[in-house]
Amino acid sequence: MKSSKSEFDLQNKSLIGRSIVTLDDLSIPQIQELLNKGRYINSHRKEVAHTCDGRVLATLFYEPSTRTRLSFETAMLRLGGQVIGFAGADSSSAKKGETLHDTICTVSHYADAIALRHPKEGAALVAANSCNIPVINAGDGGHMHPTQTLADLATIEARFGSFDGLTVGLCGDLTFGRTVHSLIETLCRFGNIKFVLISPKELTTPQYVLDRINNEPTCSYVQTHDLMESIADLDVLYMTRVQQERFFNEDEYLRLRDTYVLDEQKMREAKSTMAVLHPLPRVNEIDTRVDNDPRAAYFEQVENGMIMRMALLSSVLGDQLQGYEG
Amino acid sequence: MEVTSINNGIIIDHVPAGCALQVLEYIKINPRVSKIALIMNTTSKRMGEKDIIKIENIHDINLEALGLIAPNATVDIVENNQIVEKRTPTMPQKVVDIIQCANPRCITTSEHSIVQQFYLDTNHHEYRCEYCDETASL
Repeated sequence: MKSSKSEFDLQNKSLIGRSIVTLDDLSIPQIQELLNKGRYINSHRKEVAHTCDGRVLATLFYEPSTRTRLSFETAMLRLGGQVIGFAGADSSSAKKGETLHDTICTVSHYADAIALRHPKEGAALVAANSCNIPVINAGDGGHMHPTQTLADLATIEARFGSFDGLTVGLCGDLTFGRTVHSLIETLCRFGNIKFVLISPKELTTPQYVLDRINNEPTCSYVQTHDLMESIADLDVLYMTRVQQERFFNEDEYLRLRDTYVLDEQKMREAKSTMAVLHPLPRVNEIDTRVDNDPRAAYFEQVENGMIMRMALLSSVLGDQLQGYEG
Repeated sequence: MEVTSINNGIIIDHVPAGCALQVLEYIKINPRVSKIALIMNTTSKRMGEKDIIKIENIHDINLEALGLIAPNATVDIVENNQIVEKRTPTMPQKVVDIIQCANPRCITTSEHSIVQQFYLDTNHHEYRCEYCDETASL
């Protein structure tokens, strides 16, 4: 967390009108409140269906995404709002050389909120600084992806009731995996988590993320290359895809892609209560035969993502969920 | 080795060995127009080796920029052959428009109108890019 932001400062700042670049922009009670809202939304779909009537969300996606974009758009539609936007930089004025600042500035005069996906790290902060409406980071390169983390937290909380004392394994691309960094950093703020970081030596966790764990006295980590060796200890196994788009070298990508595959054999070694998460899309790192295992939580995670985006959108727009008493 | 002292100006001492030219760049002193004496890799009791910079007719430098690269340097202000003031650099909380982010995936590498900003990570006494959080290469 940047030193200027303390939990106290965050707690005393309303979410209304705020941009969410990273979950560090939210205090732990605010994250908990979003999780509470998410649970309420999930069980009161009809009651919340007009929460954002008359609102417009702009989804500006400068790089390919199916899940996150559709999730944001569905979230807004399910709250009664409308959606505009583009998918792919080729269909935006970026192709004509327009800066991100100018695009955001323009769109902010059309929409009430922006969800931004951009390949460059830090793009969401630039966008947030460029306008006066809430910008939600829908992923900025390998940097941050806060709404994915909200989906992850909602899924873990639904399975275990809390985060306290969990052993969380993260497996695969831990260098470029922004979802991994975001989840680790946020779980560190909840505290009392043991991380098991499973990756090939070329894709280990960056030092600044390890530092974050080291800075939280109740959290610890071990690093390993062996999934089989550690799977029995895990409450949560968070699998990731080795992302081709993060590599400059194709051969290197192909070599690392098949390092870890979670299959039925490995699942037999795991606890009966373990939850398998994955930010999706997957390539081959989870065998499809694992999908029917009750421990597979990754499609629940998709639904939780939409619900948490509903919770976040209604919160930053200041629209009350009908019947919700926080 | 002897270098004639300056009459009016500043002496930056205890600069890490080999960094004098980089210091000039950071504090935006143009060697083409300023009278400068550089003593590089000279012996130091405290540091083993160090650089010393003497700049004639300049009495004010950006101590925050100096603090970025030479936080333990000392700055003597000289007037009429006498040291009239001693200053020490400070490590600023924010560094604006002095260094550039080296992360090729950072938004600052493609949006050139963005002012480069770094924040001080107080836990590790290093600077990180405000946008991508990459550690600054100093």
